[in-house]
Amino acid sequence: MKKNGSVDRRDFLKSAAVTGAALVGSAAGADAQTVPAPAAAPAGPATAPIAPREADPSLEADIVTTDRPGGDFMVDVLKSLNLEYVAANPGSSFRGIHESIINYGNNTAPEFITCCHEESSVAMAHAYAKVEGKPMAVLVHGTVGLQHASMAMYNAYCDRVPIIVMAGNTLDATTRRPGVEWAHSVQDAAAMVRDYIKWDDLPWSLPHFAESTVRAYKVAMTPPMMPVLLVLDGGLQEDPISDEVKGRLRIPKLTLTSPPQGDAGAVAEAARLLVGAQNPVIIADRLARTQAGMAHLVELAELLQAPVIDQGGRMNFPSQHPLNLSNGGRALLGNADVVLGLELTDFWGTVDSFRDSLIRSSRPLTKPGTKLISITAGDLFMKSNYQDFQRYPEVDIAMAADAEATLPSLIEAVKRAMTSDRKTAFEARGKKLAEQHGNALDRSRSDAAVAWDASPVSTARLTAEIYNVIRNEDWSLVSASGNTSNWDKRLWKFDKYYQWLGGSGGAGVGYGAPAAVGGALANKKHGRLSVAIQGDGDFMYAPGVWWTAAHHKIPLLAVMHNNRAYHQEVMHVQRMGNRHNRGVTRAHIGTTLEDPFINFAQIVKGMGVYSEGPITNPNDLGPALKRALDVVKKGEPALVDVVTQPR
Amino acid sequence: MKRQFLLTFAFAWVSAVVCAWGVPIAVAAQQAAGQQQQNAAPPQNANVPPGNAANGRKLFVSFGCYQCHGYEAQGGSAGPRLAPRPIAYAQLMKYVRHPTGEMPPFTEKTVKDAELTDIYAFLRGQPAAPDVDKIPLLKQ
Repeated sequence: MKKNGSVDRRDFLKSAAVTGAALVGSAAGADAQTVPAPAAAPAGPATAPIAPREADPSLEADIVTTDRPGGDFMVDVLKSLNLEYVAANPGSSFRGIHESIINYGNNTAPEFITCCHEESSVAMAHAYAKVEGKPMAVLVHGTVGLQHASMAMYNAYCDRVPIIVMAGNTLDATTRRPGVEWAHSVQDAAAMVRDYIKWDDLPWSLPHFAESTVRAYKVAMTPPMMPVLLVLDGGLQEDPISDEVKGRLRIPKLTLTSPPQGDAGAVAEAARLLVGAQNPVIIADRLARTQAGMAHLVELAELLQAPVIDQGGRMNFPSQHPLNLSNGGRALLGNADVVLGLELTDFWGTVDSFRDSLIRSSRPLTKPGTKLISITAGDLFMKSNYQDFQRYPEVDIAMAADAEATLPSLIEAVKRAMTSDRKTAFEARGKKLAEQHGNALDRSRSDAAVAWDASPVSTARLTAEIYNVIRNEDWSLVSASGNTSNWDKRLWKFDKYYQWLGGSGGAGVGYGAPAAVGGALANKKHGRLSVAIQGDGDFMYAPGVWWTAAHHKIPLLAVMHNNRAYHQEVMHVQRMGNRHNRGVTRAHIGTTLEDPFINFAQIVKGMGVYSEGPITNPNDLGPALKRALDVVKKGEPALVDVVTQPR
Repeated sequence: MKRQFLLTFAFAWVSAVVCAWGVPIAVAAQQAAGQQQQNAAPPQNANVPPGNAANGRKLFVSFGCYQCHGYEAQGGSAGPRLAPRPIAYAQLMKYVRHPTGEMPPFTEKTVKDAELTDIYAFLRGQPAAPDVDKIPLLKQ
């Protein structure tokens, strides 16, 4: 059907305009290809060629028809990177690649995941990456779609998670449809998010797209991992691939960068300090991306018989390992002579207290002379504007390196530095720590018994009931929004990296629900049971993601922690009321979700999700969870709404 | 200047922003202390005004105590357990006016002594927790 396969949309429209002018000038219906360009004329409106307001639609339809648009090649590139999914809320600025994905690409690898909000698309990709260890693609509409996506991109940036975001745009102003397409086009689309992505590009040709997409993948996957953005011109997606370009099409080879390891001298010095320490403490935050990362941390801790505080940015250390003393942090730090921080989000905040009461004050938690060792890829890449980098930590050894990749060499260095005397001392230390761990676990269990039968349901009861139905499955806690006083980490046995994915990173609320669905999407092919503890405030940001879960048959057991308020904010307003001597009795205004109460079960039911609740009697919870689990095991999402205590 | 001045002093109060699994370390310490208190001998409560426990329960909610300590005063990551077996009456009265942790102070202007007495009566009347050994879900 194509009359001129080598003419792209922009060239076509230019020639159409010239043709139109010539037609008007000659008042004859001569063939466009044979009409010479008009003679040069003085510039200025009065003497400019008179072009028709629009090209002849029949001509345009003919020429833009093609069996091989640019979007097809873009799909080839995405397939070469083994991107399993592309999450998107549909938008006309990427209609070209959208059509290529579903038709030319047969809607597999990547499969189009229909989302109802771009924030959901990105947050789904965020959690997916933490399960799969590789990025997922996201398509967002020009301008407004990227604006919707921006908070979720910030979360992923703070959480050091790779995502390939692609935004549609129409660069050539003369090809934009009047009205909305202008409102959704932009000179520099990446400008609005450039402060919190790692890299961006605006490919100018299909070969450029191939090179930049492969580069984007590589950049996103190099620690510190972060989202990247490609802006896709509409014409590049929709126009035929010209003969000239066809000859230049190739997809570059992807070679991922080896994660940077700590300097050998610094590693040896860190090992010397750790082996010589009387009371070393290991603290991990965004350390373990893989099961091997967890295993290495266990090996290091066991070698040293040192306590581990898992801050939970990832699943770093088995929760019931005898050296896990995550709930004993302050006392441990007070006695520590060496602290090893592994990918800490906030080293300063880890070793210093900060009080926000009538006055703000701070003090070190460690004693003078305590040696602080930091290994983090965060030192390799930092931006200025957004302040997620936290206060400056005054450490003694700072390794700008990926901690997971550095652990094997640190373990070897510790082995080399070890003496038999130290081994004996370590064994004695390990016994004491194991006793402390056992006592802490007993204490957690007895604390959990308090208010066991309370209504609203206690968060301890909530988590214990959930664990009761999942503990014999291959489970994965993909998201936990709201604050359940960490009962899950205190009572459940976590020992696999995918059993906890960490939080949002930037504390941008609204991450929890889409992250749950994205994590569950990743777990689906592994046959894992995905479970989420879902905060009510978080739920309400973009609840359309439950429709996505139902539509794509993503198995997920979601249990509401419905405390009917934004409790953190209640407490902030309460603090202000007391600070200003006006009391707290009105702190609920603007911070609670009541009058009317939200019926979450009804909301998701309307989107095709099995649901139960609201449950207020704790004795009703276990049976409801079992019924919901039966649905999830059939491959569908289910939600149980539970009215809970605040924390 | 005021803030800088204050920051130069290292006050010996219990506070922290260190999060282990998201639990502020100071809170974890408070929870541990709470447990020790639970295991310790009953606090001395001689000459404690009787108070109105039912009103105390209402005040516990209206003054927002429940937001950190739970409706049953069972405690959580934001605030330690207060019941059953609360700390001594005099200690509670003193702490509420001059807290040393993250808890905001409640002055006489915002909470009257009589109201605190009612809250104390509520705390003192809270039932003991069931035996953990009799809760199968906490044994696994």
